[in-house]
Amino acid sequence: MENLLAGAMMLARWDVLLALLVGSIGGVIIGAIPGVGPAVAIAILLPATFALDPIVGLTMLLGIYGSSMYGGAIPAVLINTPGTAVNALTSYDGYPLTQRGEAHRAVSLAYSASFWGGIFGILCLILLSPVLALIAPMFGSREIFLAALLGIILVILAHRGQIFAAGMLAMLGIFLQTIGLDAVTYTQRYTFGLTFLSSGINLIVVVLGLFALSQAFFLLTNPDESPDAKPVSGKLTAGFRELLKHKRVATVASSFGVILGMIPGTGEFTAQFMSYTYAQKTSKTPNSFGKGSPEGLIASEAANNAVPAAAMIPLLALGIPGEALTAMMLSVFYVHNVIPGPQLFQNDIDLVYGLYLALILLNVIVFCFLLFSTNLMTKIIRVPTRFLGVLILILSFVGVYSLRNSLTDCMIAAGFGILGLILKRLNLPIVPIILGMVLGGIMEVKLRSALPRLKTPLDMIDRPISFILFVLILLVLVMHVRTLIKEYKAHLPEEDHEIHDTQLR
Amino acid sequence: MSRVKTLQALFKRYRRPGDLVFAWLFLAISVLLLSQLWDQAAYKAGGKLFAQPRFWPAVSLSLMTLFAALHLYGSAISERLDGRWKEVALWISALEFAAWFVAYAFVVPYIGYLPATLIFAVLLTLRAGYRSRTALTGAAAAAIVIVLLFKSFLQVKLPAGKIYDTLPDGIRQIMLTYF
Repeated sequence: MENLLAGAMMLARWDVLLALLVGSIGGVIIGAIPGVGPAVAIAILLPATFALDPIVGLTMLLGIYGSSMYGGAIPAVLINTPGTAVNALTSYDGYPLTQRGEAHRAVSLAYSASFWGGIFGILCLILLSPVLALIAPMFGSREIFLAALLGIILVILAHRGQIFAAGMLAMLGIFLQTIGLDAVTYTQRYTFGLTFLSSGINLIVVVLGLFALSQAFFLLTNPDESPDAKPVSGKLTAGFRELLKHKRVATVASSFGVILGMIPGTGEFTAQFMSYTYAQKTSKTPNSFGKGSPEGLIASEAANNAVPAAAMIPLLALGIPGEALTAMMLSVFYVHNVIPGPQLFQNDIDLVYGLYLALILLNVIVFCFLLFSTNLMTKIIRVPTRFLGVLILILSFVGVYSLRNSLTDCMIAAGFGILGLILKRLNLPIVPIILGMVLGGIMEVKLRSALPRLKTPLDMIDRPISFILFVLILLVLVMHVRTLIKEYKAHLPEEDHEIHDTQLR
Repeated sequence: MSRVKTLQALFKRYRRPGDLVFAWLFLAISVLLLSQLWDQAAYKAGGKLFAQPRFWPAVSLSLMTLFAALHLYGSAISERLDGRWKEVALWISALEFAAWFVAYAFVVPYIGYLPATLIFAVLLTLRAGYRSRTALTGAAAAAIVIVLLFKSFLQVKLPAGKIYDTLPDGIRQIMLTYF
């Protein structure tokens, strides 16, 4: 309890509250504009927050992270274009409602379900904290190494149908982080005699290139469009009452979000699909799904909003990010000298609680903000796409150049921008590269520090948690092979794949 | 079964034109990098295998090459899609915008952040095909807001333009600090 109070004290500063306000409202707006998305926004703002106090910078980025999905629901419902990739399923049932002239009902339901999911996720996080504080110290070098390895495997396997591509990109990420001077033996690795490579390739430069610059290039090389969203009329609070009729769906969907959010590499997409399928199966009107079913909308929004809080669990407790946004958050933590991992729960538990409270506050702020400003948002999302590309390019410059005022960094970022563009055009995943870089670094360091204690390879798994992790890795691999065999035998027909186009946004 | 199917559809991505070109390129780069392993990463005699500087590059590059080869195989046996070279031309055309970006980064230390951003925003807006006064004023206004936000307010580390040194005393100090 006193930790909770200490956390609250941490937030009770005008600059922290301002950062939270700016972050959460900015996040909604960014999430609402198709073509920007939270990854681009966080990538651009990362370096800008370095100058701020740790808690100020962290709350601002947390604000963007937690609120962008609220905003993303607006264009998904109104113009059938998800603002962020994770709102894809929202458009399935949201847009038909709009077509029937029930836009305000759809939007308010989406907000209410998001709020439900968001708060549910945070409550789970708070309830789980004592358990985490108990378990986290049991994670030594071996356990963290195995957890990171499990993360890499899951990220690769999660890209079904594109496992080879995901594998090669994840390996590229692991390779990228080895470039430069090896910190232990002081030998050069893959520097080709070039001095600028000695310090390695900066993660933030890669992130900015792959997420922000690639998006700018993508928008600039495509024909110009200007999304046209009609204003919404009607009372937006009505959605909450309707949501209460579907408490079960909302709660189960949020639980899916929490559970899958904790597992690296799976996240929002799987959570959404599983909860949507669950909602459809248990619904009294399964045929209305995809034609404007309120339950479908609730399932999708509640699930994706429960994920951010849950994704913070492996990040805070073990220092292991599960997807691109938490990987970026990790670099923010490092820059501010907050090292996520077991010791965070022992030494800085008040900071952890401060972050939880910030998450609750941001959900309240965003919910209130949206009730009054949805129509303003419908105007903002009309920004023409190429113009957006110009703006992203200008903003990316601040991000890359302010790191260390290096023109070389800008060139490297531009190179990764082109790679990102190609990947987006080919509908190949970008996230494995980033996670490969982050998790690869963790694996290398942890394996090295575990070595002195290892006499035989079996020592690697002679502790309970490391053994469980090892069994999990085996289980994941076996399950994957089993599914492959099953699929091969079943000869499943091709499915509708239009939904994956949302990956491009 | 239906759940398995939905999950499958979720992760499946479909090949697009140009995939084969990318697969070839990626494999070529992987092989090239792997071939440099002995040259570019050291092996300390007597040290443990897992602690060798060469260990992680070796693991990542070998697997990268393997996955790239399998990906290429997958692309090669898939149905050929039209528009392959048109797609590659689009990738190459994106280099133009990469050049714009690097040029912008190049001129900032000389002409200063505010002027460079203003000029870049307006020129690139013109290049993107906008001619209306609203778009151009919008671009200029956005450039000013971005500079004010990041340089003047957040004090992000960006070099002051060399050109500012030629300004009269009073303005020079302000420009050097805030723009």
